Amino acid sequence: MRFFLRRGAFYLFTAWAAITINFFLPRMMKGDPVSAYLQKNQGKISPEAIDSLRVLFGLDSDAPLWRQYLDYWGLMFSGDLGRSFSKGLAPVADVIAGALPWTVGLVGIATILGFFLGTSLGALIGWRRGSRADVIVPIATFFSTVPYFWMGLIAIALLSSTLGWFPASHAYSKGARPGFTLEFIGDVVQHGALPALTIVLASLGGWVLGMRNMMITVLDEDYVTVAQAKGLSPRRVMVSYAARNAVLPQLSSFALSLGFIVGGTLVMELVFSYPGIGKLLLDATTAKDYPLIQGLFLVITLAVLVANILADVAYAALDPRTRQTEA
Amino acid sequence: MTHEPLLTITDFSVVYDVDPPVEAVRDVSLTVRRGEILGLAGESGCGKTTLAYGIQRLLQPPAVITSGSAVFHDASGEDVDLNTLDARQMRAFRWAKASMVFQGAMNALNPVLNIGRQLGDVFSTHRPQMSRAERTEESAGLLDLVGVGRDRLRSYPHELSGGMRQRVMIAMALALKPQLMIMDEPTTALDVLVQREILQQISELRHKLGFSVVFITHDLPLLLEISDRIAVMREGRIVELDTAENIYHHAQHEYTRRLLGSFPSLTGDRGAFVRGSDGTSEQGRVVTAGEAAR
Amino acid sequence: MTTLELKNVTKRYHVRGSGDILALDDVSFTLTSGRTLALVGQSGSGKSTIAKILTQLERATSGEILLDGAPVPRRGRALRRYRQQVRMVFQDPFASLNPYHTVRHHIERPLLLDHVVPREEVEAEVVRLLERVRLEPGSTIDRRPHELSGGQRQRVAIARALASRPGLLVADEPVSMLDVSIRLGVLNLLADLQRESNLGVLYITHDLATARHFSDEIMVLHHGTVVERGLADDVILDPQHPYTRALRDASPDPEKHFSGRGSAARTRS
Repeated sequence: MRFFLRRGAFYLFTAWAAITINFFLPRMMKGDPVSAYLQKNQGKISPEAIDSLRVLFGLDSDAPLWRQYLDYWGLMFSGDLGRSFSKGLAPVADVIAGALPWTVGLVGIATILGFFLGTSLGALIGWRRGSRADVIVPIATFFSTVPYFWMGLIAIALLSSTLGWFPASHAYSKGARPGFTLEFIGDVVQHGALPALTIVLASLGGWVLGMRNMMITVLDEDYVTVAQAKGLSPRRVMVSYAARNAVLPQLSSFALSLGFIVGGTLVMELVFSYPGIGKLLLDATTAKDYPLIQGLFLVITLAVLVANILADVAYAALDPRTRQTEA
Repeated sequence: MTHEPLLTITDFSVVYDVDPPVEAVRDVSLTVRRGEILGLAGESGCGKTTLAYGIQRLLQPPAVITSGSAVFHDASGEDVDLNTLDARQMRAFRWAKASMVFQGAMNALNPVLNIGRQLGDVFSTHRPQMSRAERTEESAGLLDLVGVGRDRLRSYPHELSGGMRQRVMIAMALALKPQLMIMDEPTTALDVLVQREILQQISELRHKLGFSVVFITHDLPLLLEISDRIAVMREGRIVELDTAENIYHHAQHEYTRRLLGSFPSLTGDRGAFVRGSDGTSEQGRVVTAGEAAR
Repeated sequence: MTTLELKNVTKRYHVRGSGDILALDDVSFTLTSGRTLALVGQSGSGKSTIAKILTQLERATSGEILLDGAPVPRRGRALRRYRQQVRMVFQDPFASLNPYHTVRHHIERPLLLDHVVPREEVEAEVVRLLERVRLEPGSTIDRRPHELSGGQRQRVAIARALASRPGLLVADEPVSMLDVSIRLGVLNLLADLQRESNLGVLYITHDLATARHFSDEIMVLHHGTVVERGLADDVILDPQHPYTRALRDASPDPEKHFSGRGSAARTRS
């Protein structure tokens, strides 16, 4: 219990620090571009929107700093991240909310799939070290070392343009009407399959290699020999004794990659013109859309934090030693 | 102790198939008698652990058993030739007939499973008809038997001291009432006081339950005290096999004598090693266990 | 003549969660040239803490450490001179030697660092040191640690310790990682060196039998306190403290085990 309290406090502090830095950054670079934009578009923006932008970008310098800080937190809690310049002054929170599910859905599922597939495969290959299963290692490594955009383009050229199995880009067909209909979901799955496949392929190698190497290390541990001497079935030795220990180091890398789900998929979203967070960030940067950039940074930071919390919980659940040493 | 055999090993050889191949065990023939403690002495790399693993068919490639047989003379009167067992029969044989105790203070216990689960999975594998409650009760009884106590069922290995972990290993090895227990350096990593307690415990349990022990260690003085017979191994061969007393007093092989000579006697005469209390000494040699007996 | 004196040394470790741990409680003893003192204790008794404090890898929480009557310096050149005088031999000869360097490099370095001999005599000194530890210089000097056996590695470590011509040697379980048949060889070497150079040796061990034979005095450490000390034979053959007696009785002793059952004469080839 103490372990969770301690970790909880740590994460609260980190979240606070991240948000506070987000508050100070624009104040240090001065809000010139934002005020210029406001000047240029006078009359087009509602007064409340201007107010929140002034708070977010430190243009409210007439108020004392603590007042600015409190106002800022007020905005955070009401979910107001300002207005996006490049998206027709739509609320930043809405713009992000529109892109987030696509990224989290597609990349999230693909990353988790890649992890489970790669780890299971690695466990199996490690368990049968020296057997023919070892050929998977160089193949998986190949896919994870080729540049991702190249693999994406080849996949499109091959599976989409030539064979016509999958659509080449976008999250759903142009004419489709978004909604929870079977037809639309099928369309989304079809559009997502190719990018998901490339992500899984690209991430597989790392998981396979990491798990295989850990398995080989763990297989030399005495407790694995003991389990075999006890006459346990090979399956149980592999799963509850070898893999159960070998997977622990994998979890930390998994947490890191979970954090990257939100921010680190720019290339995929470009190659497949997928309407996710990465593409949004690129658009916002080219358009100098500061409110959107700032909002995206905040969301990405919080996502990394959440991923780490999940990994911590998983680690504590799987490794009794963590619970003790931290307590 | 009777002279009735429990395990007969004949011409057993194990080769590590690396380049160049290493003959780890060479033509070892050996009989373990029912109810005895057989000491297997030797230095690191002499093949004593490989032999033990080989009997249990626990060797991993590149180790290959190239020749020999091991026949287990079951209490039921049936002779089991371990060579003829398939993988499933071998798994059923392990632990039920011959269990093992490893250097438990190190990492013979799975760090992420609690003690109860690790004891329990012996039963769930070998006695699938047992209910969960029966398994727990049986495991708790074993922990009581070795003096760890049933309240430790839910403890994890890292929460136990080295001595406790080794007792848990012994409890585990006793689970199926095997006729043979192979102990590989079971007390090496432990403090001498804990070592003595564990040895006493093994000896009491053996009196109570009547199993045989193959005790593997480099610690010859220890073997001399606890074993009925001792086999001395060197470079994969058994160079000498005799009763503990004969090994101590009338060692035949030069290597046995050298090994005996490696251990200074604790309370024996100072003999050739003369060191004045003023800090000067005439000779740098030391009286050893073997010499002290002369 | 070198004398190292520990006076009322106490060492406290702070452990997060479980408060302070008293590793050493008011320990005093003297180590002098030409004498071997054995420090006997089980794991957790504090014997390694003493080694660390003597080599100044750790600082005592309270108490004094005096080398020839002067307090041990805390830093700088003076500390280096202290370390030149008090040398350490570690338990694991593989971990204490750098796998990338040759034997020559290992022994040369302290010679050069401490300017023990003029630069042009370094090579000859390395050879001399190897001979002192009974290693054949020609075949060992250019080897790397992994090409040597455990015993040879430990001899290299001893040669390195001797390079700066120390007055005192702290040997922390110097043979417990070695194969049994070569342990006595290394211990005999230490004993010989001790006589030849009039070294003071602190032999830290858990093994009562070698402690008895290789030291003048034995000090028994238990939970950070010295429970008994005295001449080696007295401590082992006639222990006063119950803990020492328990240790003695728990240690394997075939001599006693077989005594009374007739000890026929045995000849050695």
